[in-house]
Amino acid sequence: MSEHEREKDAISGVDTTGHEWDGIRELDNPLPRWWLWVFWACVIFAIGYWVAFPAWPGVTSYTQGLLGSSDRRDVAVALADLEKVRGAGAAGLRDATLQQIEQDPELQAYALTLGQSVFGDNCATCHGTGGAGAKGYPNLRDDIWLWGGTLDDIAFTLKHGIRSGEPEARTSMMPAFGRDQMLKPAQIQDMTEYVVALSGRPADRAAVDRSRQIFADQCASCHGVDGKGDQAQGAPNLTDGEWLYGSDRAAINGQIHNGRGGVMPAWGGRFSPETIKALAVYIHANSGQ
Amino acid sequence: MTVVIDRTKSPNPDGAPGPVSAAAAARRKAGGGDGGLYKPRTPIYPKLVHGRWRMIKWALLVATLAVYYIVPWIRWDRPGDLPDQAVLVDFTGRRFYFFFIQLWPQEVYFITGLLVMAALALFLITALFGRLWCGYTCPQTVWTDLFIAVERLFEGDRNARMKLDASPMSFDKLWRKTGKHAVWLGIAFGTGGAWIFYFHDAPTLIRNFWVGTGPMTAYVSCAILTATTYVFAGMMREQVCTYMCPWPRIQGAMLDDHSLQVTYRRDRGEPRGPHKKNQSWEGRGDCIDCNQCVVVCPMGIDIRDGAQLECINCGLCIDACDEIMVKMDRPRGLIAYDTDHAVAARETGGIKNLYRFVRSRTVFYAVALTIVSGLMIWGLTQRSAVDLHVLRDRNPTFVRLQDGSVRNGYTLKITNRSFAPQTFTIAIEGVPGAQLKTPGSAVASDRLAVVVKPDEVRAVRVFVTAAPTAISAANMPVQMTMTSPTGEARVQTNFLSGEANAR
Repeated sequence: MSEHEREKDAISGVDTTGHEWDGIRELDNPLPRWWLWVFWACVIFAIGYWVAFPAWPGVTSYTQGLLGSSDRRDVAVALADLEKVRGAGAAGLRDATLQQIEQDPELQAYALTLGQSVFGDNCATCHGTGGAGAKGYPNLRDDIWLWGGTLDDIAFTLKHGIRSGEPEARTSMMPAFGRDQMLKPAQIQDMTEYVVALSGRPADRAAVDRSRQIFADQCASCHGVDGKGDQAQGAPNLTDGEWLYGSDRAAINGQIHNGRGGVMPAWGGRFSPETIKALAVYIHANSGQ
Repeated sequence: MTVVIDRTKSPNPDGAPGPVSAAAAARRKAGGGDGGLYKPRTPIYPKLVHGRWRMIKWALLVATLAVYYIVPWIRWDRPGDLPDQAVLVDFTGRRFYFFFIQLWPQEVYFITGLLVMAALALFLITALFGRLWCGYTCPQTVWTDLFIAVERLFEGDRNARMKLDASPMSFDKLWRKTGKHAVWLGIAFGTGGAWIFYFHDAPTLIRNFWVGTGPMTAYVSCAILTATTYVFAGMMREQVCTYMCPWPRIQGAMLDDHSLQVTYRRDRGEPRGPHKKNQSWEGRGDCIDCNQCVVVCPMGIDIRDGAQLECINCGLCIDACDEIMVKMDRPRGLIAYDTDHAVAARETGGIKNLYRFVRSRTVFYAVALTIVSGLMIWGLTQRSAVDLHVLRDRNPTFVRLQDGSVRNGYTLKITNRSFAPQTFTIAIEGVPGAQLKTPGSAVASDRLAVVVKPDEVRAVRVFVTAAPTAISAANMPVQMTMTSPTGEARVQTNFLSGEANAR
């Protein structure tokens, strides 16, 4: 770009700006009048906006604007509206039994949606976002339940928790046979073989025979004589392929030695009864029942 | 090749006045250029003209306005709660209705295809016949024409209007101006008022609109369209075309020497000059410099300057010139729809094939238009009334049950585009003896019946359980099938079980 004298263009009779690019010169044409009006209209609008709406920051506050507009209040109104919308669905959940909710397509859809969101925010930390669990945290998607898998069982567990300290919580305690020296290490070794044999895997026959009486004395009261467990006491079935703390011999040995038991919080104090219902329906539905 | 008018140089080497841009001419006339920073609009007073093209324009004005105002009122019977309006863009119901066609938002590609077809048709027409769209059917042209007709009704024709504008304020001037603006506003309100009927049930909305219970969007849309119609057709007029519309700039790529355009046949008209009665026509052109082509032009240009950006190809100057030519006892068509090539050919003489409609670009546009239209029709006829989407659970991918069988979870999205409730039978192929179950149902079975309401999508959770003996691979390809009396859908998916469970 080079600078030239401002000169009159011979053809159009308009001044040039004096700017030139590769021989192309720029005419200093006026702007259309309507464009100017739009410009002034924007300026006037801006001034009006400053007066009507919150605009300028001050030292401790800001100019409030004559219309009293407030984003904070808008959010509060929107949240109140949300509560109103939720209220209709929540009323449906409150008045229906768990079984009725599951059978009614619309209530079920509402419960599943609400349940999924609550599950993701609260339960997924331990049980996983899909509810498939992890070592020490039960899988909620299969048909194996420590404390029972009916709608009412699930709702009760949710409300009171497991070993949560809540008065009605589901509670049971497996003894720490090794740590508390109730069994000798060799006996625990033998018992490990016995438990392996219970789940249908090859095991040391002699060790199994040695443990038979000990299992009947120490374990059968909870796990049952045949090792199939007892949901009333949260005692797992030892004959299936599912293992909360691991299926290999080291894990089984460790469990007999330490007698671990998981803790689930009681959610009754944190969730409304409607939310507990929705969550119970969601978990029940996703367990394929 | 497109003719570019070079407005930086005088076309006549000897410096005589010749074709310059209308804007430049107007500016010179207004004495601008050395004065203010902002250019006022040069008012244009198009004179009423009679003739063939004016008649066609009136006819198209009536036809296009009739289509615009009548279409929302056409009724079309649809079952149930579905709207009975033939053409309806139902934003609240998320549907688009066009007579027997109902489109869902996910089928918006049909609208895209329609717009592509419209664009290609516009390209083809422009390449063949110039800017016919601009001159005859563009809403800006139609409404401006209507507004000018109203203006003429109140203030008279060109000369009367110029005199009125120049005169000081009087009662006569006041009532004429007030009346004109009132009618303009009325038409503008009618325009905005008709627009909103395309988005709501028209008979319901017209009642709700007047008793004040209509939706806010209707009032706002109506107000915006009233304002834009009043301002664009009443005040801005040709400025919309020259300043705001991109089409005048794009058309340069569509037009070539063989495109028909409103053309001043300079081979016949030049040299121009006033003509006295009984004077001989020998040695001079037919143009008598009467300026009638200029005074009737709604764009305020002189067509004798050649093809130019502002020209909307409306042909009013043709009518004006023909009228004069008849009076002068000369043949019509000094200004006509003609091509640059033909004019040049006649000037130099001896060139055959004055007109060529089959050119590479017109063939290309026609072929492209045919392909896109074909695809659209094929797509519309192949459209299924039912649809199935299968989302496999990904967390967990599979669940092993107590008895060793494996269960997979799927979410089925079943679309029922028909206007009647449908019962779909869901089954799975590829896993022998697979049992299907939905949450809350008491029993599992090899098939499921799902009822979907008309015009709805229903999401259904389906659990598929396979016995250990049925599992032949960790990843089994399966087909989810959905059958109903009206249609069938199959979706390929997988049944996963993990290496440990596959035998």
